[in-house]
Amino acid sequence: MSIEVRIPTILRPFTKEQKVVSANGAALTAVISDLDSQFPGIGERLLENGALRRFINIYINDEDVRFLGGLDAQVKDGDSVTILPAVAGG
Amino acid sequence: MTLVISRAFVDAIVEQSRAEYPDECCGVILGPVGSGKAERLKAMVNVAHSPTFYEFDPKDLLALYREVDDRDEEIVVIYHSHTETEAYPSRTDIAYAGEPGAHYVLVSSRKEIAPAIEFRSYRIIDGVVTEEEVSITD
Repeated sequence: MSIEVRIPTILRPFTKEQKVVSANGAALTAVISDLDSQFPGIGERLLENGALRRFINIYINDEDVRFLGGLDAQVKDGDSVTILPAVAGG
Repeated sequence: MTLVISRAFVDAIVEQSRAEYPDECCGVILGPVGSGKAERLKAMVNVAHSPTFYEFDPKDLLALYREVDDRDEEIVVIYHSHTETEAYPSRTDIAYAGEPGAHYVLVSSRKEIAPAIEFRSYRIIDGVVTEEEVSITD
């Protein structure tokens, strides 16, 4: 099972500046675990206390994973996962 | 690094900040990838609708990045307004700044200086704020 994951600029230092990487997993949580094993430290930038960070947006294809079950969201071969830091502030 | 920006874009951002007052307004200026040129202004919706916080709608954010990729552009400027404080990045601005390559522009119309407007630009990289010059072209 191969999922294409698009990495935002700010996390590319973890992926040796690769913009698109591949990961495996049937649910988003497994995809993130796989990413973290390939690129140690990236998982911590996505998760906090086992939950998705509030100001990190993750999409499966065109849908925000918050509407797809969050970390339990299912992914299938050929899906594209996009990670984008929120553009936000005070 | 100086931000070079047209008078028309400065005026448009100031106008937007007034129109959306008392909420913070926000948006981006895009340019050809690698050019660093602020060429296409795109106002964004502040989904927080707040005088003290702004956030691009996550759905709009994905659409924006897709559009930027499709058009071989990059995000050159990310701007927002402060309504009651100076045009300097707040703690939350610094904490959430996720585009190390962008100029972060802040405008403020705080009462102490009204009706004047502050228009300032920064780099925010790894929690470090560096103010830069703004060169306005006609």
